[in-house]
Amino acid sequence: MVYMTTLKLKHLVATRWFHWINFPILFLMIWSGILIYWANDVYKIAVGGATVVQFFPDWVYNVLHINNRLAEGMALHFVFMWLFTINGVLYVAYTLISGEWRYLVPTKLSAFRDAWSVALYDMHLRKELPPQEKYNAAQQITYTAIVAMGIGSVVTGLAIYKPMQLGWLTALFFGYEGARLVHFALTMGYLAFFVVHIAQVARAGWNNFRSMVIGWEVGEVKHD
Amino acid sequence: MTDHRVRVVSEEAARRELKRRSRRDFLVAGGAALAAFGGYRWMRSRAPEDDVAWPQRRVLQFNGKLAHGYLSDGRMAPTFSLKDVGELKSNGDDGLEDDVKDDAYRVKVDPGAGVPAFELTMADVKTLPRFEQITNFCCIEGWNVVTRWSGVRFLDFTRKYFPAGRALPPYVSMATPSQAYYVGLDMKSAMHPQTLLAYEINGGPLGAEHGAPLRLVIPVKYGIKNIKRIGSIQYTGAQPKDFWAEQGYDWFAGL
Repeated sequence: MVYMTTLKLKHLVATRWFHWINFPILFLMIWSGILIYWANDVYKIAVGGATVVQFFPDWVYNVLHINNRLAEGMALHFVFMWLFTINGVLYVAYTLISGEWRYLVPTKLSAFRDAWSVALYDMHLRKELPPQEKYNAAQQITYTAIVAMGIGSVVTGLAIYKPMQLGWLTALFFGYEGARLVHFALTMGYLAFFVVHIAQVARAGWNNFRSMVIGWEVGEVKHD
Repeated sequence: MTDHRVRVVSEEAARRELKRRSRRDFLVAGGAALAAFGGYRWMRSRAPEDDVAWPQRRVLQFNGKLAHGYLSDGRMAPTFSLKDVGELKSNGDDGLEDDVKDDAYRVKVDPGAGVPAFELTMADVKTLPRFEQITNFCCIEGWNVVTRWSGVRFLDFTRKYFPAGRALPPYVSMATPSQAYYVGLDMKSAMHPQTLLAYEINGGPLGAEHGAPLRLVIPVKYGIKNIKRIGSIQYTGAQPKDFWAEQGYDWFAGL
C-alpha cells in the first residue's frame, strides 16, 4: 500500500471572496454597533441579582475610546449595513444555486451526535473523528448557524431601525426591546464564534488556512 | 461527489502548483486588503457635511429617501394600551432656558411664500379637535417609553392655518422661542395622521421639562425631532437646519 499526494479544491473562488469581504464588514458593523450600544448600555448577565457579566465595563469603553461616539457609530452602521446585506444575500444565493449548501447544511439528525463526538475529539477526550465529507458535523452546525445569525441580524436590525414603518416586524420580536436584545445577543454570538474560529483555524494549521485563500489543499490518498 | 475537485499528482507537482497559486492569490489578497483599507480611509477623510464625511452623508440621505418613499398616511405607528404606559424621562433642555407663562404664550406661524406670518395663542390651538394616542417614544440613544399624548394633529393645524388654495411646500421647520433648539421635518412625516402638537402627557398637562405648553409628538421620528416648547412653525421650500443633524446625526431620523 502506498500513499499518493493529492491536490483538492476545497473552497470555490466565490466562497473565498464572500468570506473575506464579509470579515472586515462584519468587524465594522460590530465596532459601530458598540459605538451605538454605548448610548444605552443596559445589558448584563445577572444571577440572583448579582451582576456576573456587564456589557460593558467602563474599562472596555475607556481602552477602546468608545465614549460619546453615537453619531459616528450610526453614520458607519447605516452605510455598511448595505454592504453586509448585499454580500450576505449574494453568498446565500450562490451557495444555494451552486449546490455547495449540501456540504454545509447538516441534513441528518445524527449531525448533533456527531458534533458532540467532534467536540470530545477536539478536547482530546475521544480518539477518532466520525466520518465526514468537506466539513465535520460541528463545522456544519456552526457554519449554518452563523449564516442564520447573519439573517437574524439583518431582520432584527430592520426591526429596531424602523419600528414604526416596519412595526409588524418589530412585533415578531415582542417589540423594540426584544428586537434590540436579540440584535445584541447575536453580536455577542459573533464575538464568541470569532474566538473559537480563530483557535480552530490556528490548530488546523497552514494547509487548511491557505486553502481559504488559494482554494486548494494538499492531501493524500491510499492506493493498493 | 468531490472527485472532480481532487487530483492525484506527484509530490513535486503539488509543491510547484501550491507555490504558484499561493504567490498569485496572496498577492491578490494583499492588494484587495490594501484597496479596502485605502477606500475606507478615503471615505472617512472626505470633507464633512454637518460633521459626517460627505460619502457617508450621501448614503444617510439615500436611506432617508427610501424611508420617505415607503412612508404613507396609512402606515401607522403601533399604538398601545394604558397599561403599557411608562414614565418618560426628560432627556434634554436645549431651548427651555427661560420660564414661560401659558397666557402670554404665542406660536408664530410663517406660511412662507410672501404670506405674512401671524401669531396664535394656546386657546387658538385648542380650538382644533383633540386627539389622544398612546405611542412608543424612541430615543436615538436606544431606549423607548410608551407614552400617552393628547393634542391636535399637525394635519388639522395645517388645514386650518396654512392658506387655502396654496401648494404645501416640502418642509416645515420648528424652533423654540429662544431659537436654541430647532428641527427640520419633511412635510410627509409632519402631515402623518399621528403627528401631534401635544399639550398633555399621560393624562395631565405637559410639564416644563416635557416642553409646556406645546410640543411636537412625531412617532415616525426619533425623539430628537419631537421638539419641546414650539415657538415658531415655518413652512418652507428649502430643507431646514436641524439641531442634531448639524452634530453628525441623520437629518431624516425616521423610524
